[in-house]
Amino acid sequence: MPALSPELKKKIEEVLPKYPNKQAATLPALHLVHDAHRSVSPEAIREIAQILELRPAEVYDTMTFYGFFREPDNPMGKDRVWVCRSISCALRGGEELLAGLCDKWSMHPGETSPDGRVSLEYAECLGVCEGAPCVLVNDECYPNQTVDSVAKLVSK
Amino acid sequence: MAKFEPVLFARIQKNDSQALAGYRADGGYAALKKALGMAPADVTTMVKDSALRGRGGAGFPCGLKWTFLPKDHPGPIYLAVNADESEPGTFNNRILMEEDPHQLLEGIAIACHAIKSNTAYIYLRYEYGRSYRVLDAAIKECYAAGLLGKNILGTGFNLDVHLHRGAAAYICGEETGLIESLEGKRAWPRIKPPFPAVEGLFRKPTIVNNVETLCCVTHIVYRGVEWFKSMGVPPDPNNPRDPGSYGPKLYCVSGHVNKPTCVELPMGVTARELIDEHAGGVWKGRKAKAVVPGGISMGFLSAAELDTPLDFAGPGKAGCLGLGTAAVVVVDDHTSMVEVLYNCCRFMSHESCGQCTPCREGTSWMTRILERIRTGNGKVEDLDLLMEVAGSMGIIPGTTICGLSDGAAWPVKNAIQKFRGEFEEFIRTGQKLRGPAEALMAAH
Repeated sequence: MPALSPELKKKIEEVLPKYPNKQAATLPALHLVHDAHRSVSPEAIREIAQILELRPAEVYDTMTFYGFFREPDNPMGKDRVWVCRSISCALRGGEELLAGLCDKWSMHPGETSPDGRVSLEYAECLGVCEGAPCVLVNDECYPNQTVDSVAKLVSK
Repeated sequence: MAKFEPVLFARIQKNDSQALAGYRADGGYAALKKALGMAPADVTTMVKDSALRGRGGAGFPCGLKWTFLPKDHPGPIYLAVNADESEPGTFNNRILMEEDPHQLLEGIAIACHAIKSNTAYIYLRYEYGRSYRVLDAAIKECYAAGLLGKNILGTGFNLDVHLHRGAAAYICGEETGLIESLEGKRAWPRIKPPFPAVEGLFRKPTIVNNVETLCCVTHIVYRGVEWFKSMGVPPDPNNPRDPGSYGPKLYCVSGHVNKPTCVELPMGVTARELIDEHAGGVWKGRKAKAVVPGGISMGFLSAAELDTPLDFAGPGKAGCLGLGTAAVVVVDDHTSMVEVLYNCCRFMSHESCGQCTPCREGTSWMTRILERIRTGNGKVEDLDLLMEVAGSMGIIPGTTICGLSDGAAWPVKNAIQKFRGEFEEFIRTGQKLRGPAEALMAAH
C-alpha cells in the first residue's frame, strides 16, 4: 500500500514545472504531504524522493533542518496553535499567554491533545508585532489574543 | 518642506485594496508600462540614480546590485523576492503583501525587465498564510489580464512569478540561505563570493530583493528619481562611501507603546518622534529604558540616544549595528534588561542554522550564560565572558559565513556596554527571574 495517494502524487507532480529541477519541489512536496497526513512517514519520504529523483536521505535532510515537519511518532493535531514568544510579544504577555494555554489544556509546548484536536507550540516572531501577543492557528495569524480568545478560535 | 504623503501605504486603508481593478483605477501598472517602453539598462540606471537602498536590513544600493549581473548572459537570470520577513519586531512587508499585492507584483515585473529575467520566485515565510492567499489571487488576476505570462502588455516581454513557501526558519531571510532553501536543501548560507548576481539560484545569476525595496522601485519609475531623492537624508560629506538614505520608509513600532503601528515616513525620523508622535508614547505613563532601532540584531539605543535619526547611518553612530529593518521595539523602564537580552539570545540560538561553529556554539553559550544570570547564579565576570563570546562571532571578526552571528552578538555588546550597571546590580543583589512558561518550555 503506497503512503501517498494518487491524488497527492498528482499534486506534487503539478508543482514540478515551476522549477528547473525537481529537488526544488522538496519543500512544496513536504508541505502537501504534511498538510494531508499531519506528519511525514519514512515511506512517504521514500515516495517523495522517487518522484523528485533524489535519495530519501536528501529529502529527510531538508525536512529535519526546518523543525517544522512532524514525524509519525508525534503527529500534528488537527489545529496547530503557535504562540509567539519573541521580543515584541514577550513584552506584552506572550509567555503568560502560552503558560495560560498550557494550564487550560493541560499540555506542554510541543504536545498534542489526546483527542488529536490541538497541537500547542511556541513560535518565534510571527510578524504581527502590532497585535502582540499574537497566535498563529495553522497559517492564519490572530492579533491581541487571550487564553479565552484562543480557546474560542480552536473550538470552532 | 511639503507635507509628506505616503505612497507605499497610500492604498492600504481602501476597501478591496488587493483587487487589480482598484489598483489600476489608482494608476497601477502605469509604471510597468513606462518601464517596458524603456531599455532595461535605462531602468537600472534610473534605480541606481535614485540611490534606493535595500529595505531588508543590509541597505545595499539596489541599482548597483543589479549592475553586478554578468553582461550579455544567455540566461536564465532569476529574481528571488525575499518575503521571509522574520526579524523580531518587523511586519511592514506583511502589510504590503496583504493589503496591496499588485504594488509588489508591479515592482517585480519592472525589476525583471531591468535585469532581463523571465522568472521570479517569491520566497514567502510559511507563517504569512494570508499573504500567500492574497498574492496567489493577485498573480492569477495578472495572468488573466496579460500582466504576467507571455507577451506582457503586447511588448514581447515574458514573465512567470511563482510563490514558494518556507517552513519557519529565520535563516531563510539571509539571501544565500534563501537560495539554498528554494533549491530544496537545508538553508545553509553560502560562502561569498561568488555573490548571487554572478552565481545564485540554480547556479544562475540571481538578484535577491526585499518586498519593500521592490515596492519602492514601482514608485521610482512612476514618480521619478527627483521625487525619491526629495526626501530622506543626503550622504555624509565626510564619508565618501555613504550613498545617503533617500525615500520613504516603513517604520514598525511595537513593544511598550500605547499604539503599536507601522507608519510610512521620510527616512531619518528619530526614535523619539516615532514613539511619541506616531505610536502614542510609552505605555502606562512610563519612560523608555531601551529601544531596538531595527530588529533585535541591530542592538539597543539607550534612553539618552532616542534622538538618533533612523536613517542608514544613524543607529551606527550610536553604536548599533545599523538601521536593519527599521523595526523599533520599545522596552519600558519597569522591564529588566537581563530578561530582554535573554529573549534576544534565545531567539538567535534557536535560529542559528548550525553551519558555523562560532555561531552555533556562541549563541548557545550566550543563552546559557544569561540563563545562569537570570536564575540568580551569575557572576559579574560572566559579563566579560559574554562580551568575549560576542566579540568572537560574526562576519566582522571574520569567523562566520553569514551575518546572523553579528546580529546575535550585537544586542549582547550593546546591552552590556550601555546597561552594565543594571546587569551588575542584578547579579550582586542576587535577583532571580523566571518567566511564566519557563518550566513548561524546559523540555523543549
